[in-house]
Amino acid sequence: MNRPLILRGGRIVDPSQDLDGVADVLVSDGRIEAVGQDIAGPDEAEVLDVSGQVVAPGLIDLHVHLREPGGEGKETIHTGSHAALAGGFTTVWAMPNTDPPIDDPAAVGYLRLAARVARGTQVMPIGAASIGQKGERMTEVGELVKAGAVAVSDDGAPVWDTGLMRRLLEYTQTFGIPVLQHAEDISLAGGVMNEGVVATALGLRGLPNAAESCIVARDIQLAELTGGHLHVCHVSARQSVEQLRLAKEKGLTVTSEVTPHHLILTDEMCRGYNTEAKVNPPLRTEADVEAVAQGLLDGVIDIIATDHAPHTYEEKEQEFDYAPFGINGLETAFGLSMRALVQTGRLTLSGLIDRMSCNPARIMGLEGGALRPGSPADIVVLDPDEKWTVDPTDFRSKSRNTPIAGWELVGRVHRTLVAGEVRFVRD
Amino acid sequence: MSQTRPEFELGKDLVGLEGLSAETITGILDTAEPFKEISERAIKKVPVLRGKTIVNLFYEPSTRTRISFEFAEKRLGADTVNISSSGSSVVKGETLVDTARNLEAMRIDMVVIRHASSGAASFLADRIPSNVINGGDGQHEHPTQALLDMLTIRDRLGRLEGLKICIIGDIVHSRVARSNIFGLRTLGAEVAVCGPRSLIPVGIEELGVSIFNHVEDAIEWADALNVLRLQLERMQTGFIPSLREYNRVFGVTRARLEKAARDTVILHPGPMNRGVEIDSAVADGPQSVILPQVTNGVAVRMAVLYLLAGGKPGGAEAAKQEIT
Repeated sequence: MNRPLILRGGRIVDPSQDLDGVADVLVSDGRIEAVGQDIAGPDEAEVLDVSGQVVAPGLIDLHVHLREPGGEGKETIHTGSHAALAGGFTTVWAMPNTDPPIDDPAAVGYLRLAARVARGTQVMPIGAASIGQKGERMTEVGELVKAGAVAVSDDGAPVWDTGLMRRLLEYTQTFGIPVLQHAEDISLAGGVMNEGVVATALGLRGLPNAAESCIVARDIQLAELTGGHLHVCHVSARQSVEQLRLAKEKGLTVTSEVTPHHLILTDEMCRGYNTEAKVNPPLRTEADVEAVAQGLLDGVIDIIATDHAPHTYEEKEQEFDYAPFGINGLETAFGLSMRALVQTGRLTLSGLIDRMSCNPARIMGLEGGALRPGSPADIVVLDPDEKWTVDPTDFRSKSRNTPIAGWELVGRVHRTLVAGEVRFVRD
Repeated sequence: MSQTRPEFELGKDLVGLEGLSAETITGILDTAEPFKEISERAIKKVPVLRGKTIVNLFYEPSTRTRISFEFAEKRLGADTVNISSSGSSVVKGETLVDTARNLEAMRIDMVVIRHASSGAASFLADRIPSNVINGGDGQHEHPTQALLDMLTIRDRLGRLEGLKICIIGDIVHSRVARSNIFGLRTLGAEVAVCGPRSLIPVGIEELGVSIFNHVEDAIEWADALNVLRLQLERMQTGFIPSLREYNRVFGVTRARLEKAARDTVILHPGPMNRGVEIDSAVADGPQSVILPQVTNGVAVRMAVLYLLAGGKPGGAEAAKQEIT
């Protein structure tokens, strides 16, 4: 086992216990042993001076695409889990829309094994909700959970059939896992960017807000009917926020996430046929950006998740219609969220950590997201004031697809510890 | 045409009319004027593009536009090659950018591109040093079509500024509509669209365009109607219930024209579906400028080719004197 470790003199920010002040953290046997002033610790303890930096519970991303198996040209479990570390994430949930999809226990087992070998961030597999993600027959949810799946989803596509969605929200309750829904009415879909004046001027087919909010509204009704845990992925439309607000007021078990890009970027980014800004759900208008941000501030939207969607240069270097949807998000998530929420004065650093670490742990019943004695020593050390420029050639991710290359961000991750082990150090 | 025209900057490419200044658009139309006459001669040739190599890269089927460009190129003395998507490396999976680079390696000067994807022309223009002319990209723009429409309206009505132009039909899927909207508005015309709401794109009012729900109102309002082709496919994909009903509700018929207080000019970019969006009596009637549009198409494309090759607007008149 590793030597005990003392993180000395950092600013501890742990919203789960309302903590924001200078203290030491003692880590041993992969867990946090103590948080307090002038911790001495055992003689053999390694001491790391982190004064001037923030020590926070490791970030948790409930929505990433690691592409393995089948999409290794874009990302692998190894590269993706190290990209996550560089972004300050100690846990990620991996979506099952690989090729083949993760729809049987052996595939779940493979993912866990590959993640262990990679020694990056902790990777928790999400199982497919339907066999082959075809939206027809439910997978063996119990077997998937037994093998280590933490949720089910057909993300990449919606669970479109209303009856199947109902059954999923019922059946998953035995196993205490949520259904993660990519909310998109496929008969309203078929577009390549947000529907509106920009799409009209560019002559690109639009995806209306209602394509998302119709399914959000439907699924909330089903959550009410069944009592199951609905988690709405990547909320982008202001009308979806209205629906989610009603769901929270009713006290339903409905949670949701928003991506950093939907908190700050608009469909104006698509001008010039910029395929780096092609993402689904699409970047929408200022009014939507404002509404999803307000939803996050109000607690209507629970968490930030990246929807990290790596794609190769060749795939993005095409006509807009042909380029795939997706933004590479893990390594820019913290800085971009800082810019959207903290630098604009709408949220404190602690509030941001809450939505990127504590809340994901809380809504999914995970162990992390806190720096309490006994918690897993999943920790991020970051400098909230450091200015840096987004340079995709520096990404640990295998892909470099981002619409914010060249942006100056404030707030950068320096070290990431998983189970007490320092797995990432920025040079 | 002896007055001196102001100089203007067209840039390397013509990918769209959005963003072009009124001076530039007027400059192109003015430059087209002297080129009109060349096509009326027994020997239809001036040597202003002699030695230039032009590739017509057509990823979508096209008859009118491709032939019009080819005539324009040949009448200016250029060497041309036509590539269509079938029977070329396109079907073997070569990317657009690789196709372009290979052509570039053969030392070409210009590319005219027609492509089913919006943005394909600017995608290409950003990646190769040759001049790129957009011959229609998806649902985005078809700038030379709008230019020839504007030239034809100007011929007929003497001006564009202050005119009321209504585009009728499938606006959602129309690159002709977008280029006309951008171009006409820049030149000070009022633009409206008319059609079933399922074929009017969301947010189009924000481009400064008004909407008519009834074709009768549009006819009453407009100085000129640009009647778009309604594709059979729109019925199959559920945008409208039937072509029959489309004709009954939105068809430009002689009966409807006769009820209007004035003689509206009728344009159509072709190919026409007679009996669907336009009746034969209208298409072939006295208000129609549909064939003059086709004639003007060659002159407009000659002007664009000439200007992109570095020709000066004032030089077009002189160029035409060079004929042997």
